[in-house]
Amino acid sequence: MQRRTILKGGAALGFATMMGGKMALAQGLEKVKVGFIYVGPIGDGGWTQAHHVAVLKTQEHFGDKAEIVWQENVPEGADSERAMTQMALSGCNIIFTTSFGYMDPTNAVAAKFPDVKFEHATGYKREHPNVTTYNARFYEGRAVNGIIAGRTTKTNKIGYIASFPIPEVIQGINSSYLHAKKVNPAVEMTVVWAFTWNEPAKEADAAKALIDQGVDVIFQHTDTTAPLALAQKTPGIIGFGQARDMEEYKPTPRVSSIIDRWDAYYISRIQAVLDGTWQSQDSWDGLAQGAVEIGEITGVSAETKAEAEALRDAIIAGTYHPFTGPINKQDGSVWLAEGQVATDADFAGMNFYVEGIVGDIPS
Amino acid sequence: MDIGGINPAILIASLMVASVPIMLAAIGELVVEKAGVLNLGVEGMMIIGAICGFVVAVHSGSAVLGFVGGAVGGAVLSLVFGFLTQFMLTNQVATGLALTLFGQGLSSMIGQGYNGIKPPATEPLNFGPLADLPVIGTILFRHDWMVYGSILIIAAVWAVLKYTRTGLILRAVGESHDAAHALGYKVVRIRIMAILFGGAMAGLGGAYVSLVRVPQWTDGITAGAGWIALAIVVFASWKPWRVLIGAYLFGGITVLQLNLQAAGAAIPVEYLSMSPYLITILVLVIMSSGRGKAALNAPAALGQNFHASR
Repeated sequence: MQRRTILKGGAALGFATMMGGKMALAQGLEKVKVGFIYVGPIGDGGWTQAHHVAVLKTQEHFGDKAEIVWQENVPEGADSERAMTQMALSGCNIIFTTSFGYMDPTNAVAAKFPDVKFEHATGYKREHPNVTTYNARFYEGRAVNGIIAGRTTKTNKIGYIASFPIPEVIQGINSSYLHAKKVNPAVEMTVVWAFTWNEPAKEADAAKALIDQGVDVIFQHTDTTAPLALAQKTPGIIGFGQARDMEEYKPTPRVSSIIDRWDAYYISRIQAVLDGTWQSQDSWDGLAQGAVEIGEITGVSAETKAEAEALRDAIIAGTYHPFTGPINKQDGSVWLAEGQVATDADFAGMNFYVEGIVGDIPS
Repeated sequence: MDIGGINPAILIASLMVASVPIMLAAIGELVVEKAGVLNLGVEGMMIIGAICGFVVAVHSGSAVLGFVGGAVGGAVLSLVFGFLTQFMLTNQVATGLALTLFGQGLSSMIGQGYNGIKPPATEPLNFGPLADLPVIGTILFRHDWMVYGSILIIAAVWAVLKYTRTGLILRAVGESHDAAHALGYKVVRIRIMAILFGGAMAGLGGAYVSLVRVPQWTDGITAGAGWIALAIVVFASWKPWRVLIGAYLFGGITVLQLNLQAAGAAIPVEYLSMSPYLITILVLVIMSSGRGKAALNAPAALGQNFHASR
């Protein structure tokens, strides 16, 4: 009899705590615990490091009000579920998963922890009300770099080290090509798929293979500085910083860069959790909002620099959109008619090359 | 003379460079396994070699000293393995795996602050007019000294194992440590020496990655090369020259698939990307089928701990 009373009491207490917890969440929190899942090491020199720089700024901004934990080198796929679950169980209120391959695992874990907020970078699946996706308009930066590439190449061969065949990467390839072609109709684009985000030796080998094929401008959509380190060995080869400025390779081979700025976003989202105003959304900022920045343009002619900066300013001002028709798909069919501008839905599902790029996208 | 848009001479030249790290690590592991020790920590020793070599090269301004530093770093880490398995008699498989994890963490710690620094360059050796020979010059005479050094090391290991008393003793220890012990050989001491050599070679291979192949430091720079080196030892059925073939084959296919893509070959990328692994598996299956020679060739005492009291 007595034991049953105790059990009842315990259940009631547990229920009260649970409800109390829920109510506290709706009203906001005193202190927030934040988790970050990284695909590479924080010292990769590119993508993950850019996220981590933002995380450190975020920590500085919140001070004692936020406890931030992170895990590096989490493989994409099933193992990442374990890392996310562990963070959720350890009391994280919000978890940022910072690579495309975490898309399904993020949604799977989010289903199990409805009280924890999940933010997935670069994906498009929001299957639960506690999942948000966020991305940046890297293709705007690629457009500016594409102008520099088209103007600077001497062999008219531009190489692109791609990671995985996902819309974000294909947007970058198309944008770079369209803008290089715009200023230099003779350019050809060669794409090499590395099928990795973060393997310095393989990225360097890919850059070497491109250089052996006569390429003299190298774009990369992988995470480390390895392609630039390799490019530096051969005079006359240029490349671009990716995700981070990669300023250590200034003035050449790195002639410009696309810098990711995540700190403002992280601060606003964590603040929303503290305030109790967090809601599921899809965020996609670009040059205009400062989420993407063009690194200082170095080592190219003054005219090229001015032309690239003018394009950047036009994108920021909203007077130019990098994907403005007429643009045909690779097979020659019309994608965007004269004056038509690509929509966000077009970007989210981009799985084709534009006309002029040779080769197939792996499926 | 291009085949499918690829110049074979340039391809061979790049595969020779790409193969150096796995070749060095594999020949080191071969000696370790010939002495009857299975050290699965190759990846850990490689990455420690990569960061130690990088740090030494940056501070001394000399790439050559960097390679020495890499070899010393790998050897020192292997000593941890040697102490645990030879004196504490711990399980070799578990200790080796732990060594890899330890090496990765430690390298990341040592590497703090070394991101974005450029190491001193390792220039190709100057062979004068030989380098201008068509085809041959491109393939043979435009490399840095480590490419030639790695081949010399293979030759030296082969000669020592095959023709010298030292090689005979090493193999005896690996085949039957009890018999070797009964004959008065210091089994543990010999094995420690072999482990040190394996560590130094893995470290040298790692240093080649961070000083030449990708001249920079990033965490996790070896990206699994140590595991490939382990596979190559089995692939080579514990024969030094086959290590060279295995390393060239694996390095070659990795480079070839990227070159085929760059040359716009009409082969689906998925097949190209998986080809190095498929071929490794295929060759392993072929080698170990038939007369079962590969299995027979494994050192009989491989992975067994030795204590003189038995």
